[in-house]
Amino acid sequence: MVRFGSLADEPATFVLAGCRVIDPGSGADASRDLAVVHGRLAAVDAAPPDAARIDGSGLVAAPAFCDLHTHLRQPGGEAAETIASGTRAAAHGGYATVCAMPNTEPPLDEPARVAWVQLCAADAAARVRVVAAATVGRAGEQLTALGELAAMGVVGFSDDGSGIASARVARSVMDYLAPLGLPLVEHAEDPELAAGAVMRSGAAATRLGLAGWPASAELTMVERDIALAAETGARLHLTHLSTGAALDAVRRAKERGLPITCDVTPHHLVLTDAWVAGDRRFAWDGDDDLPEALDPQLAYDGRCRVNPPLPSRADALALLAGLNDGTVDAIATDHAPHPPERKAVEFANAAPGMVGLETALSIGLAALAAGKLTLPRLLQALSVGPAGLIGEERSLRAGELVDLVVFDPSARWQVTADALASASSNTPLLDMELPGVVRLTVASGRITYADGVAPLG
Amino acid sequence: MLESPHAALAVASPTRWRTRHLLDVDQLDRNEILRCLDLAAEMRELRDRHERLDSLAGELVGLAFAEPSTRTRVSFEIAATSLGAQVVDLPMAASSSTKGESLVDTLLTLQRTGITTLVLRHGASGAPYLAARATQLRIVNAGDGTHAHPTQALLDALTLRDALGGLEGAVVAIVGDIGHSRVARSNVLLLTRLGATVRLCSPPAWTAGFTRPGVEVHAELDDALEGADAVMALRVQLERNAAGGVPSLREYTARWGLSEARMQRACPGAPILHPGPTNEGVELTASLAAAPRSLIGRQVTNGVAVRMAVLSLLAG
Repeated sequence: MVRFGSLADEPATFVLAGCRVIDPGSGADASRDLAVVHGRLAAVDAAPPDAARIDGSGLVAAPAFCDLHTHLRQPGGEAAETIASGTRAAAHGGYATVCAMPNTEPPLDEPARVAWVQLCAADAAARVRVVAAATVGRAGEQLTALGELAAMGVVGFSDDGSGIASARVARSVMDYLAPLGLPLVEHAEDPELAAGAVMRSGAAATRLGLAGWPASAELTMVERDIALAAETGARLHLTHLSTGAALDAVRRAKERGLPITCDVTPHHLVLTDAWVAGDRRFAWDGDDDLPEALDPQLAYDGRCRVNPPLPSRADALALLAGLNDGTVDAIATDHAPHPPERKAVEFANAAPGMVGLETALSIGLAALAAGKLTLPRLLQALSVGPAGLIGEERSLRAGELVDLVVFDPSARWQVTADALASASSNTPLLDMELPGVVRLTVASGRITYADGVAPLG
Repeated sequence: MLESPHAALAVASPTRWRTRHLLDVDQLDRNEILRCLDLAAEMRELRDRHERLDSLAGELVGLAFAEPSTRTRVSFEIAATSLGAQVVDLPMAASSSTKGESLVDTLLTLQRTGITTLVLRHGASGAPYLAARATQLRIVNAGDGTHAHPTQALLDALTLRDALGGLEGAVVAIVGDIGHSRVARSNVLLLTRLGATVRLCSPPAWTAGFTRPGVEVHAELDDALEGADAVMALRVQLERNAAGGVPSLREYTARWGLSEARMQRACPGAPILHPGPTNEGVELTASLAAAPRSLIGRQVTNGVAVRMAVLSLLAG
């Protein structure tokens, strides 16, 4: 039986017996028992005798995940998602924390709006941290109350949905943020180079007659921002990077010791621009040949429209390589729910974005099965890596209120609208069968999701 | 006396016709393409003899042109009525997008009126695929965005086959705004499938991504024309200049405009095609458009025959 809990529930007490426990922070990876008493990790013999026991055989336990890039759509987009439904999706995906992006309607560009989201999230199924807008109305002109917002606990600033087009404004934001220690979270995309584009430029875009997005649209803003970060000393976090060239720029900047971090999405790691043409192979299984004939059922599927657009196969593989060599600090979902009517339209008119919280682990496990990732690296990029960037702990040390995910890596599930807790199901993975089923998620010591393995408080 | 062109052809060419929609020529294998061209040639003869045909009797064919078009719409209308179908003109631009109704909703409404076949011209690439997925209508793509124009490619192939005697091994140069051209895309797929080599020639911005066996890309017109068996000029859209493909129309004409003088490089008498409407003096000279080697008029005539063949093959 599947049940959701919330952060307002009583802290949990249970024993997880004979489970593979992976703690990417310490490097520990061993089969053992694990006890949670009143929400805190404890010695197994400290658990009360009547504590619920969970058979952990075949399961993996790890620090719960942290998503740096989530669109909860509230306020203004409640037909697609709410704080309640979006955090249930997070719990189902193994997440204890999501970072709510500010491009809501109205945007999260004022302290009162941020406070409202924080208030709404008090009894959510995951902790909600806010990324506030960097400029008023996300218009790229006037700075928001960066300092006041920082004092409210926001974790970064972003005009996500678009980059900050003006180099001068971006420089002002970074100048002001440098002493605050919070990052500019940049959606790196030159609006002129990307104007009108609906998919990645290349052979698939040409074949489909769709306006192409050149890799330079991302690289030029990434290079600009790196120069500004070097000059101002501000932290810069580049979100949803989708090109090998931009990742190379980040790699070089990190070698120079600059305070620059980045994330990639699960979909950019494994899907490619060929998906728009109806190919449904993951990057490592594909080749560079387009289908001889477009499949009328699959070609131009609006659910493949996302921004930045799905990458070339070479870039997807470059992102996987960057994840493995540590250039990529985190996997972030860019969970972007949309109602069906925004997707069942002409491809160029489809709203960009796909849901991702509930399939991120599964996509990672598919990459793992293909030999493209290791489990500790995958779990690190989903939990410790991103959590560290927003000042959250993700260790399996005794005494802390625990953030824990327990999943069955070999069980498979079918991605269906019913199986998803999100209010939306806009993903081209719909109806596919993927590996990895989350059995239990614990956030701040509370069970937020349980799939038949433990009683909820 | 032929009973029906269909029955006659079934004996001559027993190729099975697999597709219910015509979204692009990529759905057709070589045999299906040849069957369609053969049937079109036959339709043309029947039309010349003023034979009455009724293979679409009882069909209600809707013409939904969400983009302005004269020749393609009229060509489909004549094709459908010549086969005995009832034809309804559907003013798309006025009825749907302006009222905020989605394409799918509009088409579902049309389906409920009893329309069986929808000839769809739409500004968005891929719109016919959406229509085919979301409705029970039989969809004929009459041009979608910059993606495909399958009946144009079929009529071009018929015109070229008549002029050259066949397409296997032929070299066809296509010159113009290839990047924004659905005609070029469908021709690339169709002509290469019939064994021709296609040379694409335009400013570099308009040929990006055209990598495919049987396709060569040339920036210089003389290289593209050298020894070509046939040349197809495409309309250079005045409004695209702002996008930066070419500095000016004057420069375009100087470097890529077709004239009798530049055609010297091609095979002697190599035919000229153009899907129309032409910008005479821009992509080709008026005298070339009117020269004996110009097949532009023939293309229009073949257009009706090809559309008759397509409609009747899709109806099964």
